[in-house]
Amino acid sequence: MKLSRLSRGVLALLSVLVVLFLLGPLLVIVLFAFDKSNVQSLPIEHWTTHWFAVAFDDPAVRSALWLSVKAGLAATAIALILGTLVAFGIHRFRFFGRDTISLMLVLPIALPGIVTGLALQSAFNLTHIDLSIYTIIVGHATFCMVVVFNNVVARLRRTSTSLIEASSDLGAKPAQTLRLITLPMLKTALIAGGLLAFALSFDEVIVTTFTAGAQNTLPLWIFGAILRGQQLPEVNAVVVFVLILTVAPIAYAARISSGEGFLRSSESK
Amino acid sequence: MLTPPLMWFLVVYIASLVALLITAFFSVNSLTGNIIYQWTWANFSQIFTQSVYGEIILRTLIMAVLVTATDAVIALPFAFFIAKIAQRRVRQAFLALVFLPLWASYLARVYAWINILSNHGVLPDFERHVGLPITNLAYTNTAMWIVFSYLWLPFMIVPIYGAFERVPDSYLEASSDLGAGSWFTFRRILFPLILPGVVAGSIFTFSLTLGDFITPLLIGGSNSNFIGNAIYDSAINGGDLPFAAALAFVSIAIMAIYLFLARAAGAFDAL
Repeated sequence: MKLSRLSRGVLALLSVLVVLFLLGPLLVIVLFAFDKSNVQSLPIEHWTTHWFAVAFDDPAVRSALWLSVKAGLAATAIALILGTLVAFGIHRFRFFGRDTISLMLVLPIALPGIVTGLALQSAFNLTHIDLSIYTIIVGHATFCMVVVFNNVVARLRRTSTSLIEASSDLGAKPAQTLRLITLPMLKTALIAGGLLAFALSFDEVIVTTFTAGAQNTLPLWIFGAILRGQQLPEVNAVVVFVLILTVAPIAYAARISSGEGFLRSSESK
Repeated sequence: MLTPPLMWFLVVYIASLVALLITAFFSVNSLTGNIIYQWTWANFSQIFTQSVYGEIILRTLIMAVLVTATDAVIALPFAFFIAKIAQRRVRQAFLALVFLPLWASYLARVYAWINILSNHGVLPDFERHVGLPITNLAYTNTAMWIVFSYLWLPFMIVPIYGAFERVPDSYLEASSDLGAGSWFTFRRILFPLILPGVVAGSIFTFSLTLGDFITPLLIGGSNSNFIGNAIYDSAINGGDLPFAAALAFVSIAIMAIYLFLARAAGAFDAL
């Protein structure tokens, strides 16, 4: 397909505009977090880190942050174990219903998040389980599992099983093979999957709305504050903090895993 | 090896969906607010007979279609450029810049748009500054359309890019050697090959729009109730979990029909 220089130029220009459209709003929000004024507007006249200090001293923000960190770490740990096990099971063995299982795993991401959230709430209600940090963790672990699964299965597909076979042929016990061959082979995929899972959990708000009950995770605190229209400069600082915490692990994960398994679900494969 | 994760999935997720279905057939005592565990069709008949719910469902569907179409129109030339024209380093940089907002905090991205569109936001300020007519987009359906399109755009770009990348360059060369112009090549060769990618992206944009209540609440105006908002209001503010569950089944049904149509169009075979 031979394109004229003009059409190439137009396409290049359009593409730059798309990138600006994608990144511009993020830039605005980062700049505003450092605006000293109570009402943010451009150009920023006085710069400050004051709002970060205010946010960090706020006991409501602190307890929400702590809850988000605890829930995120626990959900990530569960997702790492379960997601890796599924990846091994699906990759190693061919069996009846294998495709059904792959499809089922994607459901929490293919169906609207509100459906997952409300389904969990209905189940907790029917079984008389009170909403708590544990119900948050259960919900998060369920959709984080998919992310870990994607990363590990992508790695397994790219590496041959001959190393593992060679290890057992040479007399290594299964535990030795796991420790010396399998885990080092999967290390970066597991780190990347774990980071992505934590970032997903740390920012999740829709499912959490239905599984948190009266307590606030950090995203729930942000949502409530924006809805009430109060403490907005503080919200701005917290939002930028969450932004950094979601983007940094992604950047790191992208570097160590060279981009495999990177869409938020397995739809691309 | 598969037993623990599958048990988790069955006990937590599949069982919850069943619980949702069962709950949809219960009702709530309007005096005490307690759930009455007795089988009734009342929730569904309310959804299908009261015109307000028809309007909400229609509004949600129209927005989902609009956002999906907008994102497809933006994503197609962009994905084509990075997959087929840009040099390797430009391609990698642009891809990274698409992945960044894909993973960046959802709330941060919504909040950014509040700061841009509100009456004293970045956009009206800029327009005042240069003397343009001021666009009062705050709390309108247009604002919601822009923000939804922004939020889900990376979800459309990534699968379309993947589809473009899988088309061998030799197909395009062959088409042009045989005398086809570039528009003809795009329409007859390229587009049919990348259509599954567009459908894959549209599944995301559709499903995400269908399940959102936060953007309509924070960006939309008074007349912007979506299915997600109706569910949220019933379950969280109204304390009517059964009615919310019935509404959730409407969105599951819409997604099921959408996935069925996508499959009938052969979009899954190429994935």
